Amino acid sequence: MNRERLYNFAFFDEGSKREVRRAILKAVAIPGYQVPFASREMPIARGWGTGGLQITLSLVGKEDVIKVIDQGADESVNAVSIKRLVVGTTGIRTTDDAREATIIQSRHRIPEFPLARGQILVLQVPMPEPLRFVESSEYATKRLHAEKEYSGAYLALFEEIMKYGRVATGADHPVLVHDRYVMAPSPIPRFDNPKMMRCEALILLGAGREKKIYAVPPFTKVASLDFEDHPFEVESLEGRRCRRCGAREVFMDEIIDDASGGAEYQCNDASYCASRTRARAGAPASGGG
Amino acid sequence: MGYIAVRGGAEAIEASIERLKYERLRKGRALDVGAAEAGLRALVDQVMAEASLYDEGIAALSIKQAEGSPEEAVFLMRAYRSTLPRSHYALAVDTRAMRVERRISASFKDIPGGQLLGASADYTHRLIDPSLRGETDEGAVAWVEEYLGRVAIDACDTNEASEDSAASRPEAPPASAIDYVRSLGLIEERQMDDAEPRDVTKKAIEFPASRSERLQILARGQTGAVTALGYAALRGYGATLHPTVGELRVGRVAVYVPDPFAAGSAKGDGDAYYVGELRITAVETLVPVQVHKGRGKTEIEFVLGFGACFGQNETKAIAMSLLDQCLESGDKRSAVQDEEFVLLHVDSVEATGFISHLKLPHYVTFQSKLDSLRKARGAK
Amino acid sequence: MAAEYDVSALRVEGLWKWFGPRCPRCSTGREEALERNYCPDCGTVYALRDLSFRLFEGEVLGVVGESGSGKSTILNCLYYDMEPSAGAAYLSSFEGGESDVFSVSAQAKRTVRNTLLGKVYQNALLGLKMGFSSISNVAEKLIASGDRNASRMEARAVELLGHVNIPPYRMRENPEFFSGGMQQRVQIAKALSNNPPVLLLDEVTTGLDLSVQAKVLDLVKQIQRELGISMLLVSHDLGVVRMLADRTVVMLNGKVVEAGLTDQILEDPQEPYTQELVHSML
Repeated sequence: MNRERLYNFAFFDEGSKREVRRAILKAVAIPGYQVPFASREMPIARGWGTGGLQITLSLVGKEDVIKVIDQGADESVNAVSIKRLVVGTTGIRTTDDAREATIIQSRHRIPEFPLARGQILVLQVPMPEPLRFVESSEYATKRLHAEKEYSGAYLALFEEIMKYGRVATGADHPVLVHDRYVMAPSPIPRFDNPKMMRCEALILLGAGREKKIYAVPPFTKVASLDFEDHPFEVESLEGRRCRRCGAREVFMDEIIDDASGGAEYQCNDASYCASRTRARAGAPASGGG
Repeated sequence: MGYIAVRGGAEAIEASIERLKYERLRKGRALDVGAAEAGLRALVDQVMAEASLYDEGIAALSIKQAEGSPEEAVFLMRAYRSTLPRSHYALAVDTRAMRVERRISASFKDIPGGQLLGASADYTHRLIDPSLRGETDEGAVAWVEEYLGRVAIDACDTNEASEDSAASRPEAPPASAIDYVRSLGLIEERQMDDAEPRDVTKKAIEFPASRSERLQILARGQTGAVTALGYAALRGYGATLHPTVGELRVGRVAVYVPDPFAAGSAKGDGDAYYVGELRITAVETLVPVQVHKGRGKTEIEFVLGFGACFGQNETKAIAMSLLDQCLESGDKRSAVQDEEFVLLHVDSVEATGFISHLKLPHYVTFQSKLDSLRKARGAK
Repeated sequence: MAAEYDVSALRVEGLWKWFGPRCPRCSTGREEALERNYCPDCGTVYALRDLSFRLFEGEVLGVVGESGSGKSTILNCLYYDMEPSAGAAYLSSFEGGESDVFSVSAQAKRTVRNTLLGKVYQNALLGLKMGFSSISNVAEKLIASGDRNASRMEARAVELLGHVNIPPYRMRENPEFFSGGMQQRVQIAKALSNNPPVLLLDEVTTGLDLSVQAKVLDLVKQIQRELGISMLLVSHDLGVVRMLADRTVVMLNGKVVEAGLTDQILEDPQEPYTQELVHSML
């Protein structure tokens, strides 16, 4: 391929990487605040993880080991596509094992293995503005954040309680970071929200199309929005058990059994499931791309 | 939903990419990049403008790779552009100082320097010409030779020729139709502002946006999107009175970069280096507006809408000039006057990217929503 | 003076609001520079000109005048819907009446608006979120003032909506499906949600049927009697003012032309404009 001749290490020119890193530093300094940045066009489509990809490429060095997951799966087509691009422009090593990776880029999941100090989790964000559905203007939402005026976010939840008897958010349930900024955690399931609370790893969130970077530094307080008498609830895991590894307290995919038409469950985090399955079979639980 | 792609993603992608190549080549013909560059001028121009990267060769290659899809070709160009260091900002280009290939005014029959129709499909009948099927390269060469024998045109496309012509940097641009209207005192006077613009590709746009930021985004906007919104403005969603094209120019402009080592060079008074020529379309539209003149008097005055883009793309440039005026008006009653609405939705890469992301799996988000639907139903 | 502060819930001093560029001639503030409230030289409109007044605790102060006299602009400025051009306002409930509520931080302004004031708009579209249930509309101000207990807020909203005679089975509906009179009643419930010491009422009955008007006015009167809230009541209708207001100010071209006890103004108007206004009612 003549790609090598046309493109730099980690795709960007060094000036662009520095620009992205400056935005990241600002984001780390103001937890939960959306830092505007000059999002570049990437070789993958806007809306397909370009925010996360720009963060990853601006940070990656030759010693890094990367893991990319899409909706929990390392082998999902878009995860593979992003991994190919990172590896193609850097030549670094990949892994499926969340414990071994230095950078984990993920769409809509936080891995089941707890993240450790020194790791960086990069989340892809489609809609970074948690107030967008109560206020369509960017000019207005910026001011609401500045004044810490979050009644709109709570009102939306309250309205759900009034209409449906409970908070009916799906993924992307808003969180309050460091008691200051309300933040969209990206469309992770509610099950993953508590993993952000005082997480040991640095969490970086990138929205390429919307041109925003924001961050949850290690050990930061992250609380899901709720009411005293309607506390935040994760998805129901009651009676669910992974059909492959037998896990219980993890986020599951619902599988329709072709024969019976009934529902079965399987770990959504594929590499977590695989390493448990291997451990059960007595094989060493290592990763490797 | 029964199938979760846990394994096999890599193989599937490989196979899909191969299949795509097969679709491009299956008819046993390889598109010649040179032929694409020579024969698909309008598409090359459109792709360069939307990509905001002026390189006809790379554009033609992108078009070939994208099998002619403008959205894909623009995407390829933009991604490539992201990897290029931005070393310099050019001096402001005065579009009046262009080597004009086409210049028309809808406001005056006689404009200074005369109307120059140039190359335009405006007055062709849109009848499919079967004789084009039999065209050959040899025939093309012969026809051009014969044409240039009888018609004297400034056909210098090559860089060497351009440098000759650029050596004499025009001091005073020729008068235009706009100057005439201005001399009548019918156009609101504005200060010349050659301040270096805020580069929207280096600094994310924040609202309210400056005019330079708006013009940048419109100039690289998707042709169809800019046209559609400009059309909406013209039909009454924004423009109050009928606008007129004051002057539309297509031609080549010289680009200069200030000497990076000379003091004060950014203002254009120091040394500057000629770096090449661009072919562009530039439009000034006269839009009548009501201006309050005190004592209860209201007068009609013209304001200028400006549109410009790489290559020859006149519809887009005119639509852009209408939107420029709509966004300058300060009125926000209609969507095309709302800068957040216009500027955040005309970009090809952003719009096509986000719409196409709906093809990505949404298993987790869907699962989460399903859970809360079930709970809500149970709670009711 | 100090004794007076104790009884004025709201004190407005030197309030100006103009629309337009202003010019050297009209910015002197001299009466003769203007035609009514309009500068013919630069086209500036003076909606409020150096307005000062007090609203005493527990009273209803009526503001009457023709349309364009500036009366709604007072409420718009006080509720931060509009920025005043100059002037100050003090609420006895905010920092002991010592701070000008126009010059505090944006965050403090939100607190004032969300906890110390309530407003009922003539146009319910401005006062309500039509796509949210009526309960949520009432709860919005409670949320804004920091309440995070959903059932408590729900109970409060139900209580207030009941108070304004919204039937329980319609409380979860969006006000977009309500009649004009019902919408005004939801607005009143919303404005009352935080027990604000001062309530701003802008032409609350304008545009409603006569029978509905009477019900809304009765409701306002009843609330005033029960809760003792201070109210600033803007209306072009002297009948409304006569029924509700203890004192009345009459406005013309952005200025107060006459002020006094409502009965006194209606029985024995002193100014020619007030006389004209009162006579037109008869």
